[in-house]
Amino acid sequence: MTSNAGSPLDTFPKLVRANADRLPRHVAIREKDLGIWQSYTWRDYFDRSRRIALGLASLGFARGDKTAIIGDNRPELYWATLATQALGGVPVPLYQDSIEKELTYIVEHAEARWAVAEDQEQVDKLLRVREQCPRLEFIVYADTRGMRAYSEPGLLSLTELEERGEKFALGHPTHVEDELGKGGREDTAVFCYTSGTTGAPKGAMLSYRNLIEMARIAAGREGLGPADEALAYLPMAWVGDHMLSYAQAIVAGFTINCPESADTVLHDLKEIGPTYFFAPPRIWENLLTSVMIRIEDAAWPKRRLTRLFLELAQEGERRRLAGQPLPLLTRLLAPLGYLLVYGPLRDNLGMRRIRIAYTAGEALGPEIFVFFRALGINVKQLYGMTEASVFVAVQKNGEVRLDTVGPPMPEVEIKISEAGEVLFRSPGVFQGYFKNPEATRQTLEDGWIHSGDAGFLDQAGHLKIIDRAKDLGRLLDGTVFAPKYLENKLKFSPFVKEAVALGPGRPYVTMLVNIDLAAVGNWAERRGIAYTSYTDLSQKPEVYDLIQGEVTRVNRSLALEDEVLRGAQIRKFLILHKELDPDDEEITRTRKVRRGYIAQKYAALIEALYGDRDRVSVEAQVTYEDGRKGTIRADVTIRELSTR
Amino acid sequence: MTATAGSAPLLQVDDISVRFGALLALNRVSLSVPRGEIAAIIGPNGAGKTTLLNCISGFYQPSEGRIAFAGRDRTRLSPPDVAALGIARTFQNVALFRGMSVLDNIMTGRILKMRGNFLLDALWWGPARRQELAHRAFVERIIDFLEIQAIRKSPAGLLPYGLQKRVELARALAAEPQLLLLDEPMAGMNVEEKEDMCRFILDVNSEFGTTIALIEHDMGVVMDICDHVVVLDYGRKIADGTPEHVRKDQAVLDAYLGVAHHD
Repeated sequence: MTSNAGSPLDTFPKLVRANADRLPRHVAIREKDLGIWQSYTWRDYFDRSRRIALGLASLGFARGDKTAIIGDNRPELYWATLATQALGGVPVPLYQDSIEKELTYIVEHAEARWAVAEDQEQVDKLLRVREQCPRLEFIVYADTRGMRAYSEPGLLSLTELEERGEKFALGHPTHVEDELGKGGREDTAVFCYTSGTTGAPKGAMLSYRNLIEMARIAAGREGLGPADEALAYLPMAWVGDHMLSYAQAIVAGFTINCPESADTVLHDLKEIGPTYFFAPPRIWENLLTSVMIRIEDAAWPKRRLTRLFLELAQEGERRRLAGQPLPLLTRLLAPLGYLLVYGPLRDNLGMRRIRIAYTAGEALGPEIFVFFRALGINVKQLYGMTEASVFVAVQKNGEVRLDTVGPPMPEVEIKISEAGEVLFRSPGVFQGYFKNPEATRQTLEDGWIHSGDAGFLDQAGHLKIIDRAKDLGRLLDGTVFAPKYLENKLKFSPFVKEAVALGPGRPYVTMLVNIDLAAVGNWAERRGIAYTSYTDLSQKPEVYDLIQGEVTRVNRSLALEDEVLRGAQIRKFLILHKELDPDDEEITRTRKVRRGYIAQKYAALIEALYGDRDRVSVEAQVTYEDGRKGTIRADVTIRELSTR
Repeated sequence: MTATAGSAPLLQVDDISVRFGALLALNRVSLSVPRGEIAAIIGPNGAGKTTLLNCISGFYQPSEGRIAFAGRDRTRLSPPDVAALGIARTFQNVALFRGMSVLDNIMTGRILKMRGNFLLDALWWGPARRQELAHRAFVERIIDFLEIQAIRKSPAGLLPYGLQKRVELARALAAEPQLLLLDEPMAGMNVEEKEDMCRFILDVNSEFGTTIALIEHDMGVVMDICDHVVVLDYGRKIADGTPEHVRKDQAVLDAYLGVAHHD
């Protein structure tokens, strides 16, 4: 792809100009406005951005100026991003739901002189921000609604800005083209502020080379081209949207679609039927819930039929993911299932045309993952980071597995540090954090990024993320031990509700297990095992055998798959005589185990796990629903396993 | 204020009385609402607020007094005539077509603006088609304005109460009224819904220049968004002025604010 006066296509403005020449009539952005999808071609994309750039130039935009961009996904905001880049400036997309304090910090830190906002709501916030950040001079807004009474200096509408630009163009007809020619691949293209769960947000600087090369690598791997359609609905400030709806769309030339409003995303998804879709786990969960509710509401023949085929498909998908052959009946029924259930359901979700769908962020629950894949939707786990221009590892088509994030992307190198942390190096490795060399030094070492995640590469070369690196522990002899990883593996069993792994600083790994009363109770009833209470059930030898089977499964899979964690097999376990309960402060309301508290409360049990007794009696305080306190007394059995 | 043409109030009510049998529901009430203002009518239950609104919108004929709208007398007009003059209203209890979609409900607000031709409408051809598209475009602007895009196609009857109220407001706005009468627009709403509704009322007022008269029980809302408050008690007007003025008025405190009347 070379054209346009021999200048290399090494910045987004140059690429968009090339798209405008190459694909002048191809739709670049669609936006649903007043109930109708409005289309803008690549030619429009470049022309509008150019007009905005002229307007900015007429007000004295200097190279290196920063433009804060804030609002829902709107074509105007993508154009403002491009306009800023065309003039050698740096766009700083901000989260539209940020509170004033966060905005003030970032606008101040990024030294933004300009801001382009979607509407009155964002302008109001920016005006208050400006009182504390005098460097912010101009605020441009796209939607004029409610703005009539505003007369603050430096505040103007996008239309006014473009009109100014038109006049400016009379005296400077080639201004944008001149500025555009000055940009180069190593210039900073964007500041992506990471939301930062701890401490202040950090502004990752990504260069044109970072973004364009990674966009090209990923688009090449997935075969993305101008015919693809994507929905631009994730926050513009998130690097995922910047990569997909901006960088990749420009590099591959595909169409992005901006929903009418945040509430209409699911409707708009259905109307557009994207081929390329990116969603965090929360969205997949919501979609699944909405499907389940609609199935529940259906008449019984439909409900029965749907359930039957969905179960069939999910069972089939589980086998496929595990690499087992499909039973003949499943294969024979698949076309009928597609005709009656999977096809219509996909259509209803707006996913009939999806070729590639990513999930990223936290891990997607295996049942949800299997559900969508069973419908024939190619959902894949993506492992990425802002600092890597998103892509680090992605599962390959046809090689998807439940427990890995797939092999590294082409041109991405991954290695595991001594401490078990995942390090990587790629063309997408960022330039550093803006005005924060200290944080840059901590993350970027000799071109390698420290991800902060603990993981390893399995035999097939797939990256497996096991935990946050800082949560990783070591046994007394130095063996690496990942508590959450072990717990999740065990909790994969329907009989295990909660599990707490112990081990750091100890000679071996042990586990406190909570059985799932419903599942184990049901299991016991079917086997004619009588029990009186949770405590009674939990201490039945048969139940211990059942859980021992599950623990053995975890140990076996550790021994088979996980080179790093092979030494950290579970030696002993016990089943707790009471359920871990937020009322007793053992877990949080969001069901996160409070390790410190448990270590203290069950100190006697834990000592016994590292002693040589096989039985220990305990008393535990419980808080009843009505607030009364009581004690449960029980003899708890300890089981020891042979480890291989 | 002298009644010159330029400063004439949009709505002028002079000395109207309404009698239901022996009950004097309104007793010689006068008020004037200047163009572009948000006015509130408040008062305890049974004070005659809705009766007053019903007189303005033509549901009731006052037994005495006169009502002038935009400088013209219109005391004896029927509701359709009143609507044609440019007065729209919403109701205390939501009155939507429950089985119809939100979009269709709002479209009904445009009926007075439609010039029907039975044959052309049936064929949806020529001017009939152009007309419908223009009305639809107008309705879409209101949908956008009130941020109800997501429920455009939902049956109105299935919506939560707060949204139904918003749809009702949308339908009233579709008539492009000069005067909008809102009967307890925030009754039964939670705090967030109330805040949204307040913002929409203020936006309608500033964006379309619509004059608004509303009945409301939530004193916080009234004090926040209204330019002018009229207080009724037992069918009689006991105060009329700015929110600050009314708040301090002893008669109002006695009749309404001071006594235990939490609604």
